[in-house]
Amino acid sequence: MTRTLLKTTALAAFAASLAMPTFANQADDTLNVAFTKELENVDSYFNSSREGVVMQRAVWDGLIYRDPATNEYVGNLATSWDWIDDTTLEFKLREGVTFHNGEVFNADDVVFTVNYVAKEENGVKTQRNVNWMESAEKIDDYTVRIHLKEKFPAAIEFLSGPVSMYPNEYYAEVGPSGMGLKPVGTGPYKVVDVVPGQHFVLEKNENYHDSPKGEAQIAKIDIRTIPDVNTQMAEIFSGSLDFIWQVPTDQAEKLAQMDQFTVANASTMRVGYLDMDSAGRSGADNPFTNKKVREAVNYAINRQELVDALLKGESEVIYTACFPSQFGCAQDVRQFEYNPERAKELLAEAGYPDGFTTEFYAYRDQQYAEAIASYLNAVGIKTDFRMLQYSALRELNMDGKTPLSFQTWGSYSVNDASAMVSQFFKHGSLDSTRDDQVLEWLNIADSSTDPDVRKENYKLALQRIADEAFWAPMFSYNTNYVFTKQVAYEPTADEVLRFVDMSWN
Amino acid sequence: MLPFILKRLGLALLVAFTVSFISFSLLFLSGDPAAALAGETASGEDIEAIRTLYGFDRPMMVQYGEWLFSAVRGDFGESYYFKLPVASLITDRLQVTMLLGLCGITFALLTAVPLGVAAAIRPNSMIDRLALFLSVAGQALPSFWFGLILIVLFSIKFQILPPSGAESWRHFVMPTIVLGYYAMPAIMRLTRAGMLDVLNSDYIRTARAKGAGEGRVLFKHALRNAIIPVVSLAAVQMGFMLGGSIVVESVFALHGAGYLAWESIARNDLPTVQALILIFSMFYITFTFLADVLNAWLDPRMRSA
Repeated sequence: MTRTLLKTTALAAFAASLAMPTFANQADDTLNVAFTKELENVDSYFNSSREGVVMQRAVWDGLIYRDPATNEYVGNLATSWDWIDDTTLEFKLREGVTFHNGEVFNADDVVFTVNYVAKEENGVKTQRNVNWMESAEKIDDYTVRIHLKEKFPAAIEFLSGPVSMYPNEYYAEVGPSGMGLKPVGTGPYKVVDVVPGQHFVLEKNENYHDSPKGEAQIAKIDIRTIPDVNTQMAEIFSGSLDFIWQVPTDQAEKLAQMDQFTVANASTMRVGYLDMDSAGRSGADNPFTNKKVREAVNYAINRQELVDALLKGESEVIYTACFPSQFGCAQDVRQFEYNPERAKELLAEAGYPDGFTTEFYAYRDQQYAEAIASYLNAVGIKTDFRMLQYSALRELNMDGKTPLSFQTWGSYSVNDASAMVSQFFKHGSLDSTRDDQVLEWLNIADSSTDPDVRKENYKLALQRIADEAFWAPMFSYNTNYVFTKQVAYEPTADEVLRFVDMSWN
Repeated sequence: MLPFILKRLGLALLVAFTVSFISFSLLFLSGDPAAALAGETASGEDIEAIRTLYGFDRPMMVQYGEWLFSAVRGDFGESYYFKLPVASLITDRLQVTMLLGLCGITFALLTAVPLGVAAAIRPNSMIDRLALFLSVAGQALPSFWFGLILIVLFSIKFQILPPSGAESWRHFVMPTIVLGYYAMPAIMRLTRAGMLDVLNSDYIRTARAKGAGEGRVLFKHALRNAIIPVVSLAAVQMGFMLGGSIVVESVFALHGAGYLAWESIARNDLPTVQALILIFSMFYITFTFLADVLNAWLDPRMRSA
């Protein structure tokens, strides 16, 4: 009996020693966040992932800042800017800003950063973010000019987004891999620990300048990569995580019902669309070269049902080859209502009374692609469905071997129509349309510095794309954020987590 | 013995070489490495720039030769994805995977061998049925599901074990059980079958007849003979665990080499994949080799072979 009692006590003591330390996240002012994907490099010029954008906004600053609520541009590291001519921007820089390592921010840093990233051989991962810049030139310690290669009206948008300023002395010394392991910026958070791909710890920058981003509220952000969403949910249940995002809709719905967490949904700029080979690159006789067939595809798809049943949240039906909030993304274009009867008629008129069979490719969201395929099947377009790795599909796209594919595009969160429509309709390797008229309008819109001229020409291009049914744009994506009731956060519509805007309730 | 070992070593290197060549070719067939590297946001021009930068426009044989030449000198190059030396990238992760593999196989052996012996001593008893049930369940349970069940139980309901991470021994308890459980059924069934076979043999009857104690009969005479195929199997399982713990590493966010390999394949991170494949195949070969040596030690008849 005594022995049994002893055993029980010993077991209980053992169990107690096993018990985890209690998580006092709010008490010790640490926000625990999970990433799903392994971030390759914290240096924002050398990654191309969403997680990288999140880190970039926390650790670095740009010359300009776009308020995510009003979309207005205000100065950040610059206090003012002027177009000297069509290809020269002059900036007055903010004085008294220091980097996390104590280095003083001035014109030399801007000149170094711009000259470094603009050089193609330095291998910045997303060239488009930087290759519009030619060089930078120091006027005095706090005045600098950026020279553009050619007219590029979206310059301000890019300077408020992916182009952030690096410390010249430090970066020259350590390079991208050093910056990835020990990042140094001017941002509201400084990086104190990096285990590549796995663990990142940020601490509030106590010396943060008077930036429009505002001052950080939470002292420490602890980010771990947890690839399995179910495990992330277990962590938030057990209290060792405070914040998860990109939670699949079905999971988020269940979590919302439990009333234990805040579940927020926000739209993203990602648009899902069908790419059709109207240029006939996959074979001159392919049905999608016929406008009536492309119209039939557009009529065949019940976009609203896709949004309501599958995407849910803040997703919306999209009819344009761009995201509606983007500058120049005119919405007064031809809209195809769901009309399977009309689709069948059009197919018959096009010479396919019994429909036809086509290869249909996708690289993500198989359930959406399958739903789309079933709409197409219903009007007589039979699909030979092929799900590929992204890189494999991209290769086929570039070689013009995909008659029909389900694609998505996130515009790198750049709030300008050029980030989407100009990517795909300017006769590049991914252009399945190759329409000269669209190209002409886009060329004007992309290079004019007059906002009205830009708007007018994007509109013309977008209207023609819709009239000719070159694409079948369908819906925008959304993302779910789940966080504990202690956390206060208002997600923005651009899929960027802003730690600086998070606080405790 | 030395010529035997050298011959085995030569063979092992040949196998590793063949494996690495085949995997290199397969990676090239699976998609454009330049497009994968450039990422989803890249334009066609970005992809072309990367293709030239990394030399993907050269013939595959040239690229393979170049990789092999560096690899034999211990230089695995730089990861395309992380921009870090592959060697430093995989060292930490291999430690996690090896620790997990060792814990897993130990757990499997410590549970499976006693259960197998017990089942063989009393065939068709309750303990035999239990062992059978456990092995069927072990074969049938997908490890991600089993892992999640453990997490729900021990991390959410009782809150005694952390669901993910690799910071302390506690973090390894559930992954060990999941990984070990997967290897358990085969080891147990083999132990049981071997023991049943041996227990019916003449020399066991002789041992009992001359009055040897039951414990001595079971462990000295029977188990030592029955365990020989188990050793080979455990070695293969261990090799399998090192490369095949992907699911477990993913569920418990352990960031081991298996998960890294899996992710690197999707990212077309050729230097990382190649280095890992080479290391995994070397492990596999080494364990098989060690199993042969161990078997020779257990069974003197094998030493002459």
